[in-house]
Amino acid sequence: MSDSFVTASAELTNAVGLHARPSVKLTQLAKSFACDLEVALAADGPWVDAKSPVKIMRVKAAKGTILHFRARGADAAAAVASVVDLVGRRFDEDEASLEEARG
Amino acid sequence: MADIRLKGRRASPGFAAGEVVVLSTRAVVRVATGDPAREADALQTAVKAATRELAALAGHAAGEEADIIGFQLALLDDAALTEPALLAIANGVAADHAWAATLDREIADYQGAEDEYFRARAGDFKDIRDRVLGHLRGIHAAAPPPGAILVADDLPPSRFLAADWSRGGAILLTGGSASSHVAMLARSRGIPMIVGLGGDPAAIAGEVLVDAGAGEVVVAPSDVERRRFEARRQADLRVAHDAAKALDKPAATRDGVRIAVHLNVSDPDEIGSLDPVVCDGIGLVRTEFLFHARRGLPDEDTQFRVYRRIAAWAAGRPVTIRTLDAGGDKPIEGLTVPGESNPFLGVRGIRLSLARPEIFRVQLRALARAAAHGNVRIMLPMITVPGEIAAARALLDQEVRSLLAAGTPARRPPLGIMVEVPAVAIAIDLYEAEFYSIGSNDLTQYVTAAGRDIAAVADLADPSNPAVMRLIERVARHGRERRREVCLCGDIGGDPDLIPHLLRAGLRSVSVPPAAIARAKAAIGTVDLGGQAAIVSAKV
Repeated sequence: MSDSFVTASAELTNAVGLHARPSVKLTQLAKSFACDLEVALAADGPWVDAKSPVKIMRVKAAKGTILHFRARGADAAAAVASVVDLVGRRFDEDEASLEEARG
Repeated sequence: MADIRLKGRRASPGFAAGEVVVLSTRAVVRVATGDPAREADALQTAVKAATRELAALAGHAAGEEADIIGFQLALLDDAALTEPALLAIANGVAADHAWAATLDREIADYQGAEDEYFRARAGDFKDIRDRVLGHLRGIHAAAPPPGAILVADDLPPSRFLAADWSRGGAILLTGGSASSHVAMLARSRGIPMIVGLGGDPAAIAGEVLVDAGAGEVVVAPSDVERRRFEARRQADLRVAHDAAKALDKPAATRDGVRIAVHLNVSDPDEIGSLDPVVCDGIGLVRTEFLFHARRGLPDEDTQFRVYRRIAAWAAGRPVTIRTLDAGGDKPIEGLTVPGESNPFLGVRGIRLSLARPEIFRVQLRALARAAAHGNVRIMLPMITVPGEIAAARALLDQEVRSLLAAGTPARRPPLGIMVEVPAVAIAIDLYEAEFYSIGSNDLTQYVTAAGRDIAAVADLADPSNPAVMRLIERVARHGRERRREVCLCGDIGGDPDLIPHLLRAGLRSVSVPPAAIARAKAAIGTVDLGGQAAIVSAKV
């Protein structure tokens, strides 16, 4: 097992930021990996456990924030790739109806 | 024993006597075991019980409701939530205090957030706090017994709706506001309610006498006090009895000026047991109830059947149906715009309908079809500029033409507007409509810039403010001059104290909840317009 971190970053582009539903999705995905996975608003931390919805919500990340991830452990690379992908997919939130309502 | 007399603000008049049920979970005392290990166990057990309860709720939920429950479940499942509480317990703090303090810190953090959305999450944490506290203290969120006199600091509408009011009861709030949603619900069901009693809800315990009309509560009453109360209640019953006798007769002032009294209907079930002879028609049908179904929005046939049923009940009397008034404090999932920083100034009422013409057209078609079967009229909420009336009128005319072209029975109903935005009341002459209805609740909060759901400014949101009264007078005068009907469908239309002012301001038509109609007619009967009626008719 390596002691070095796998890191990556992704911009929050979904309209509502890292709110309730995205937070739950992110932590659920994080928990599916064995490695430690952490998230921060800056490349040098402070780091927060990405498997804790309580801690993720405390970060209160708004739209446009860059999320930094770091992981350490057997499946670290896969974990980081998966969460970056989830952020890139805007947490699979359907925002069409929202945009439509705003006309 | 000396009785304790508490004074609050009337939110819904009426009398009640009996034992209170305190709803505030925070006021209940739990005896701590004094053993940190057992306290920690108690907290863990309560968290597990709350989790099970939420998981059971999740099974029945869909859409946004399911998301909210899923979010709360994820938080409860997170050890990070209970950690600080367990630490405090290890240091000798009782389980319930440790839990409440931990969650209160979390709640304060969200309440201080810059982003409106995050601020609103404080409500989720409060829910979680109270659910776990309920288990810790052995009280559950079960509905109170029927006919209970509920005491709380404030009451969410969901708790009101979950309670059984068929055997009466009352609501006593130490905080709260007379213009909150719960207060509106209480008035429409005829449940006595007092707000702003102050102090700690737990201080109101045991037997109480409630005279909500006077805003008065007597705790632990003496026999003398009980007899006095009973006499007042009997006197009130006699007044109500006299009012009921006048219920079937058209309303008129003491000097014989005829006043039209219509009904406000929030749900067709409200009028099922009523005889239409008690009213001059329906002044307001809120159509939001149709749009709160679990799955999707109601289709044209569903809406048509409901509108036709209400029109049939009215038996030829006018039935004024308001198009969807979603937004503001009435969000509808999948329809209203989420996350507005100030929903009362956002996309609500006609603004939303014009932004979603595919939904608005369906409602207009259903209304035009119902108009072929009864005296249906269409009313547009939250009109701000004349262009909105023109746009709605064009859509309505198009839909009527298309229905008739397809051979579907339809009629173009009269199109009127709500006067609730100050811009309309001030320049009413610029707003051509077939009838007007003053929405005094919203008009008051927009004129006084005081939210009706904010207890701290409840006194400012006063419909008897001279500025509000002058606007009502102005709209009533415009109606007389242009021979357009002007009705008023806000709460004050059924307020016996304010009815004399409204009639003196020139109003001759009000629309009130079913529970208020007898008292409104009785109050009208006591007003003497004297010379004013003659002056007014001379002007017309």
